[in-house]
Amino acid sequence: MSENQNIGSLSGRSKVVSNKKMTFAERIYLPAIFGGFAITLSHFFKKKVTIQYPEVKRPFSEIYRGKHVLKRDDEGRERCTACGLCALACPAEAITMIAAERKEDEMHLYREEKYASVYEIDMLRCIFCGLCEEACPKEAIFLTDQMVFSDLHREDFIYGKDVLVEPVDKRVDISHRQTPEVLKFKLDKNQSHNS
Amino acid sequence: MDGSYILYKIILASVILLISLVVAMYSTLIERKVAGFFQDRIGPNRAGPFGVFQPLADGLKLFFKEEFMPGSADQFLYILGPSLTMMIALLTSAVIPWGNSLSINGIEYSLQVADINVGVLYVFAILSIGVYGIMIGGWASNNKYALIGAVRAASQMISYELAMSMAIIAIIMMSGTLSLKDMVEQQHGMHWNIFYQPLGFLIFIVCAFAECNRSPFDLPECETELIGGYHTEYSSMKLGFYLFAEYINMFISSAMIATLFFGGYNFPFMDDLNLSHNALTIIGSLVLFLKISFFLFFFMWVRWTLPRFRYDQLMRLGWKSLLPLAIVNVLITGFVIMVKNHL
Repeated sequence: MSENQNIGSLSGRSKVVSNKKMTFAERIYLPAIFGGFAITLSHFFKKKVTIQYPEVKRPFSEIYRGKHVLKRDDEGRERCTACGLCALACPAEAITMIAAERKEDEMHLYREEKYASVYEIDMLRCIFCGLCEEACPKEAIFLTDQMVFSDLHREDFIYGKDVLVEPVDKRVDISHRQTPEVLKFKLDKNQSHNS
Repeated sequence: MDGSYILYKIILASVILLISLVVAMYSTLIERKVAGFFQDRIGPNRAGPFGVFQPLADGLKLFFKEEFMPGSADQFLYILGPSLTMMIALLTSAVIPWGNSLSINGIEYSLQVADINVGVLYVFAILSIGVYGIMIGGWASNNKYALIGAVRAASQMISYELAMSMAIIAIIMMSGTLSLKDMVEQQHGMHWNIFYQPLGFLIFIVCAFAECNRSPFDLPECETELIGGYHTEYSSMKLGFYLFAEYINMFISSAMIATLFFGGYNFPFMDDLNLSHNALTIIGSLVLFLKISFFLFFFMWVRWTLPRFRYDQLMRLGWKSLLPLAIVNVLITGFVIMVKNHL
């Protein structure tokens, strides 16, 4: 055997296959069949990998990036000012929004004089990278530990403000993800207007 | 032959019919459970505790499915196919001795519906009609896949019947009887035929798999090439009959294997227990069902272990390996019997 023939296998895992004549033990199948029985029987008694889903949930990673939430401030006003930095940061072009001016009687609804009248994220485009969260100067958008559920129609995956904005009486806890690693990632966001 | 005797036989036949159906029903669940366990899963467990209501749910689903018949199908044959398969699957249970006899008020009640003196012949006669159900169903569907499946089933079942009968002939030579009851009686204690006919047992069990169209010989209904084979065009309870008949066949085959090779309702040390005749009979029947359960499990074990044979391999195995082996087995048995009788 020359060296050239060994070059083919860089991983060292390739095997030379030959169509050699089968031995008697191989031709009567039975030893191989009993070997197979032993293998399947060993699996029969193995620990099962099934997770009983609705009752038992797989543990998530601490920094799991799931469905987005548009936060409100302590007085229940939407934080988003429709600056568009999240849409700009989004590598998947999943975020669109339409800005509007706050009216005199909407002071209790929106934190600043500009707000997003339409805010949509296409969950089929979103890659859950978290760059929108990093880009947001107003601490308005966060990725939560909730999942995006399956649906039947593509258009139902375009989440509007009705889904994304957190309800006043049912605030979304986003502290799960704010681990030291995540905060370090967002270091340059210590801006005075958020305090 | 009085009225109570006929009534007893009718009751016994109904009970056996019921047991066959229930066993077949729960075999479907056990099969799925076993399949799951072999694949590191846990199988269906949502319908009731451990999924015990799963067969009921499956049955209900089959009943409510649309009863579809292809426009080009032969209507009479299309309905006859599954009915025949189901009927034939149930027929064999009549001659299997499910237990010894119960004596109540001095009258002996045999736990066998019909102790006919040609029991083995009867079984083979039924087996050979078995192919008609599949053949008729496949033909009547007027579908190429169904027809190929049916043709495969026919050639496969005819091929393996030969070797199977040959394997049994060696047993018949040993026991000198065709009655299944007598055969079981002769295996009393630990004189099970498996110890005298290991080769015959091997041939028989391989052929039993082929006759039941079970993996690794499930060519007539292979999903990958024939999209279900002979029952491609069937839906609703007609399909249910075909699938159900397969499990009944498995049950009956397991019973036949236990009866012919593993001593039927006999169990070791049964004479040393000092139990009454009736108690022994009941324990014996339970032991028989234990044996049957094991072989049902074995059927499933094989299915989830071995891949399907290729068609030419199947034919080669049947005609060029099993049949000659079975003939050699008959010759050896005959020789040993001759030597024993003249020494």
